Amino acid sequence: MIQFDEIQKRLLSEVADLHSVPEGAYNIRSNGAALGRASTANIEIIPKEGKSGIDIKIKPGTKNESVHIPVIMTESGLKEAVYNDFFIGEDADVVIVAGCGIDNCGNQDSEHDGIHRFYVGKGAKVKYVEKHYGSGNGTGKRILNPVTEVYMEEDSSMEMEMVQIKGVDDTERVTKSELAKGASLVVHERLMTHGDQRAISTYTVNLNGDGSNADVVSRSVARDNSYQKFDAVITGNAACSGHTECDAIIMDNGRILAVPGLEANSVDAALVHEAAIGKIAGDQIIKLMTLGLTEEEAEEQIINGFLK
Amino acid sequence: MIEFKNVTFGVNDEGTDKEIIHDVSFVIPDRKFVVITGPNGGGKSTIARLIAGIEKPQSGQILMDGEDITQMSVTDRAKKGIGYAFQQPVKFKGIQVFDLIRLASGKKISMTDACQYLSAVGLCARDYINREVNSSLSGGELKRIEIATVLAKASRLSVFDEPEAGIDLWSFQNLIEVFEKMRRDIKDSSILIISHQERILAIADEIIVIKEGRVLEHGVGSEVLPKLMGTDSAVPECKMGMAAKEGEEDDTV
Repeated sequence: MIQFDEIQKRLLSEVADLHSVPEGAYNIRSNGAALGRASTANIEIIPKEGKSGIDIKIKPGTKNESVHIPVIMTESGLKEAVYNDFFIGEDADVVIVAGCGIDNCGNQDSEHDGIHRFYVGKGAKVKYVEKHYGSGNGTGKRILNPVTEVYMEEDSSMEMEMVQIKGVDDTERVTKSELAKGASLVVHERLMTHGDQRAISTYTVNLNGDGSNADVVSRSVARDNSYQKFDAVITGNAACSGHTECDAIIMDNGRILAVPGLEANSVDAALVHEAAIGKIAGDQIIKLMTLGLTEEEAEEQIINGFLK
Repeated sequence: MIEFKNVTFGVNDEGTDKEIIHDVSFVIPDRKFVVITGPNGGGKSTIARLIAGIEKPQSGQILMDGEDITQMSVTDRAKKGIGYAFQQPVKFKGIQVFDLIRLASGKKISMTDACQYLSAVGLCARDYINREVNSSLSGGELKRIEIATVLAKASRLSVFDEPEAGIDLWSFQNLIEVFEKMRRDIKDSSILIISHQERILAIADEIIVIKEGRVLEHGVGSEVLPKLMGTDSAVPECKMGMAAKEGEEDDTV
């Protein structure tokens, strides 16, 4: 039985909603080493040789199983790059929960760069949840630079939920995906930056097969002096449909750059983008104040709802 | 009891000061159903906003139960027992109908409790309770949800700014029943409605006619209403329908 200390427990709860060792397959990485690992009959987790990371092999036809691979860091000054490859067999239907929590109380930067590659087999269905969280009052930064590559075979589908609400000082997120015929990708990104944080999120989606479709939606809030850049390019190379949307609230001295991009290389590609940035509407605050909330409480409710 | 004492309010419109409310005084007593009517642009909605505290007067006083609330914030007035239903309901991204009703009630409430407020305004609660209060809802649906939030807040004085506008397929009679139930259920409560609707005026205990920012008339409903018939301060439903803005469905049940 793995024993977690209080900080580890808190980080695991924030990034993976875990309160104890999860059911099913899992790999818990703490301060650069595996704290626990378990495979199941259908899901095998194999450590890589020669570099950090694991291969996660999911057998074809695996249904209703989950994989948890949270990463937690509590030592100040630790920097790591971890390579995780997911091989999802044909017609599998699984939930994958990743996520990284950094608690940095020291004065050295802590950095985790997770490089995730997904090979989603024919007809397979994946729900992927990735949460990032930072805590600790040290002057050292908490840095997360995730790279996610998704290769989707015919008629596969993937739903990605990317959440970073608090405490991560610097992020450069790169997400690339290639979709074959009939494949479907849905991305929901929720982001809040505060203090002097910086978050850059770049999506490149290539719709290569007929009937493929992608929906990339970001909702974000930039407070204090933070900066965000959302850069999403959908390229349609076949009879496909793509939609990207960035909806952002700015507060205080926050700054946001939204760069939605579309490229159609087929006359049958239907691509749409939307982007909106603005402060919280005054009448929203007033409505909640007429219900008895203070201005600060009203703002909090509006942001909570927006990022829900 | 709400009292306006010599209240004056104006705005600065492109460099020139424009007075909207001129030296207005009136009393809205407890346990009364009061309707403010008058021609468009006469300052009726401004009075509702002054009561809620969204606007502050340049001079004069607003009293609640004798206490001066002229400079009191919107929040504090809400806590003291003033409810306000917006003429144009506010939309939110992500906030659900249940969240809004829960916030309005000011306490932890169950789904069942929240559903009762929706049923009261003629919405099938099951279909709406988890909906986001955003543009996916029609103007009429938003309007009824707005009324439901004010119901849930259960205020001593509830102010409704043109509650009948755009309530589409819901009948007038139901709207009136909502107001009457509120009066019965909330002790010593009053309701103030901004409306030119004849059927709403017909059930008013008192009518205040506001024209060009002044009180033109204030008296017992049954005495004031006959004088208003045939003017644009008391419009029958069919005429309301013809005058309804494009995109808004009028209630003619």
